Amino acid sequence: MKTRRDFIKISTAGAGAAAISFKALGSKGFGLFESKTEGPVSDEDLTPYPTYCEVCFWKCAAWAYVDKNGTIRKVVGNKNDPHCNGRLCPRGTGGVGMVYDEDRLKTPLIRDTRKDGTQYFREATWDEALNKVADKMKEVKEKYGPEAFGLFNHGTPGGHFHHLLRAYGSESNAEPAFANCRGPRSSAYFSTFGAYVGSPECTDIRDTKCLVLIGSHLGENMHNSQVQEMSDAIDNGATIITVDPRFSTAAAHSNHWLPIKPSTDIALLMAWIHVLIYEGLYDKDYVEQYTFGLDYLKDHVKNMTPEWAYGITTIEPEEIRRTARAMADAAPAVIIHPGRHVVWYGDDTQRGRAMAILTALLGSWGKRGGLYFPEGVSVPAYPHPHFPEPKWTWKDWNEDRYPLATMGITTEALKASIPRYNYKHQLKAWLVAGTNLPLSMPDKPLFKEAADSVEFIAVMDTMPMDITGYADVVFPEATYLERYDVIRSAANREPNIALRMPAIEPKYDSKPGWWIAKQIGERLGLHDYFNYDDYSEVIDWQLKQLGTSLEEMKKIGVKKYPRKTGPLYMGDGEDYNFNTTTGKIELYSVDFADHGFDPIPNYTKHPEPPQNFYRLIYGRAPMHTFSRTSNNPNLSDLMSENSVWVNPKVADLWGLKNGQEVWLKNQDDAITSFPIKVRITERIRWDSVYMVHGFGHKNKKLSRAFGKGAADTEMITNVAVDPIMGGTGMRGNFITFLTEDPALEEKEVKA
Amino acid sequence: MRYAMAIDTKKCVGCGDCVVACQTENNVPHGYCRDWIVERVDGTYPSLSLEFRSERCNHCDNSPCVRCCPTGASHIEEGGIVTVTHHKCIGCGACIQSCPYDARYSHPDGYVDKCTFCLHRVQKGQKTACVDVCPTKCLHFGDLDDPNSDVSLAIKDRSWKVLAPEAGTKPQLYFLT
Repeated sequence: MKTRRDFIKISTAGAGAAAISFKALGSKGFGLFESKTEGPVSDEDLTPYPTYCEVCFWKCAAWAYVDKNGTIRKVVGNKNDPHCNGRLCPRGTGGVGMVYDEDRLKTPLIRDTRKDGTQYFREATWDEALNKVADKMKEVKEKYGPEAFGLFNHGTPGGHFHHLLRAYGSESNAEPAFANCRGPRSSAYFSTFGAYVGSPECTDIRDTKCLVLIGSHLGENMHNSQVQEMSDAIDNGATIITVDPRFSTAAAHSNHWLPIKPSTDIALLMAWIHVLIYEGLYDKDYVEQYTFGLDYLKDHVKNMTPEWAYGITTIEPEEIRRTARAMADAAPAVIIHPGRHVVWYGDDTQRGRAMAILTALLGSWGKRGGLYFPEGVSVPAYPHPHFPEPKWTWKDWNEDRYPLATMGITTEALKASIPRYNYKHQLKAWLVAGTNLPLSMPDKPLFKEAADSVEFIAVMDTMPMDITGYADVVFPEATYLERYDVIRSAANREPNIALRMPAIEPKYDSKPGWWIAKQIGERLGLHDYFNYDDYSEVIDWQLKQLGTSLEEMKKIGVKKYPRKTGPLYMGDGEDYNFNTTTGKIELYSVDFADHGFDPIPNYTKHPEPPQNFYRLIYGRAPMHTFSRTSNNPNLSDLMSENSVWVNPKVADLWGLKNGQEVWLKNQDDAITSFPIKVRITERIRWDSVYMVHGFGHKNKKLSRAFGKGAADTEMITNVAVDPIMGGTGMRGNFITFLTEDPALEEKEVKA
Repeated sequence: MRYAMAIDTKKCVGCGDCVVACQTENNVPHGYCRDWIVERVDGTYPSLSLEFRSERCNHCDNSPCVRCCPTGASHIEEGGIVTVTHHKCIGCGACIQSCPYDARYSHPDGYVDKCTFCLHRVQKGQKTACVDVCPTKCLHFGDLDDPNSDVSLAIKDRSWKVLAPEAGTKPQLYFLT
């Protein structure tokens, strides 16, 4: 069926233009390894430029080394940076592949319609593309108000567009990083401690004696400084306890691996809480002084014994006791790692609460080897007029929904874009910056309906990601190694800032995100909000307020500042007021009770896979960041496709062979667009399968990633929404195997 | 002087950073590599063990690749580093066949290529690119003749193994277990 917004695969449509520009490039040469016989170049013959990485959200500061021909040869970590300590992860090291990926978006593109009615992208000038977006923004403002123009964003590019939309009068923004990822954690820790764990998380792994990972696969998610510190913790002899239905890399490096039955984590957490309280192992002084609700909690967990949890989690009662005692032995130098991608079963805020409560009982919040108090540098805003006050924001799309959400919820933004949901406030147009919604969001039909419903979509990206196929206008963004960007300031042990400056001029006709936002702003008469010619002026002004300058930062890349908010840890018995309703750490959440949610977490049973179906568990691989790196020439070298992990017992039943291609079908009859190879391994339970997220790209223009592996999000049609903050629980989906090409089967039926 | 490397399998997470860092440092073409990761799983769920190994040329003391090279392209540099002089190599591939570790490959330009222990860096007192980048610091490089070098200290109090000892090549990669 045709829709207004036919998905355009950039390669096939606008064919001539795309193919020609590709050839032209080929003749000029575009590769890092153009001079094949050239050997390594000494560091002395290379010029380093400071940057911070944009391949993932950890934003490690680095040096891009440029040779005499103006080619970036390598990217190496900045030794003074606490995010990386001079050691980038494989993605950061391979970040150079983002620049020299020949499949990059090269010119602005505009959706057009041929005489026969088919849609295609034609190359456009910047002026035409910018005018088109600015005109649409003016039109939406007149017809519906500026609030109806929504923003989906991720990473630093989104910041420039957030600024643009605020100046224009809209605060209708949402990023998958909240409701599709770490949102439940924010609500859980805020309601317990009145504080967030932040990014990088304030886990003092370096000095811990016991690290507890619950479904957090550190080492496969290369959260750089944390992986480094986990390695230090191994050297220091720390006890590592990993809870995971899969024998993860972290599980393999652990002293205790608890191979839990999926979806039962809250039962284990409550049993641990039971052991700490009923064996008298919790930190009595700390709990007495700083927490609220121990009596309620004690009563609540009375019957949540290890024996009770054994029947749910399949973890032996003695192992539950042993691990609880190991945590207490190490306390307060113990970390219950808060995790990051925590949208699993729809009761995820409550699971986060259980983890936070456990942290409080161990007295490790604000303690060495537990969770420290992070501090960041407050970068002053470059002077601009006050933003206009929007009549409504992301908080108001639908009344009384998800009261404890702290950021816009992406799925709600989609529903607010679809008239039949009849939301109080509706979105009519989108800007999408740095997020590939079709692969990052669950429930594809909902996304598609929303994309079809809105009048206009503009997308900014460096690559022809699947999202560009839904766009009316596509902006080719310069990569992070080709642009100035906002000053990085993330809270850490030591407050610090990092500079990103261009190592080379933008390739092709790509432009930095700040420039694109400013150009649209100028066309909307918002010059006062973009009162500079080059973003380096903004940075220099800000740096001067911070006692440094662009000139100095170009030489050092990272600057550290002394702490102003006091020590990293709480002193013993020190007075401390927590930013919660009671001013204490809330073992019993007053806020949750007020909103009608369980004030203390409860275990809820979740659906089990039906016969011949297996629970779909997904995760990360250390060399990839979601779907954005699948086409990177350096990183696809390390891993070019995902596979579906199958336990040998299950493989036997199905007669599956290692490397065999299968299609996956889920409980709602959704079938993967592409086949995926079977990996038979003991590392996964017999009731589950596992796959790495981010593969199965459908855009042919991604020459390395197209059709490689399958997309887990295609199998995630059942979304368990967290009633507290709107998180989209995605682990309640079950798949089975199709060993024959489903497209062929269909043809046979027709014949 | 005897350069060697120790790889701590208790800390390696198999991320492949060593592979990319080598690729960018040494201009190794896409699709080829001088170092690589091996994942070995033993046991039955849930009684399992998993070992990641960052592998590369073993810079053997008794190196069959050097012995079988008909042109002298494969040779031993100071400190025992085994390298190939590209312009002397005729690409016959005898060394590839002789290597028990599959550490050599045919470069698309026609010669045989392999890990050089980053000779160009080591000569300037730097570490190899893979050692410098490793996020878990599981790679240790240095001179075995120096008791205080990183590699000597790394293997001093740990149990270790070498790969394919039966080949008699006296390999110089020490895998800490």
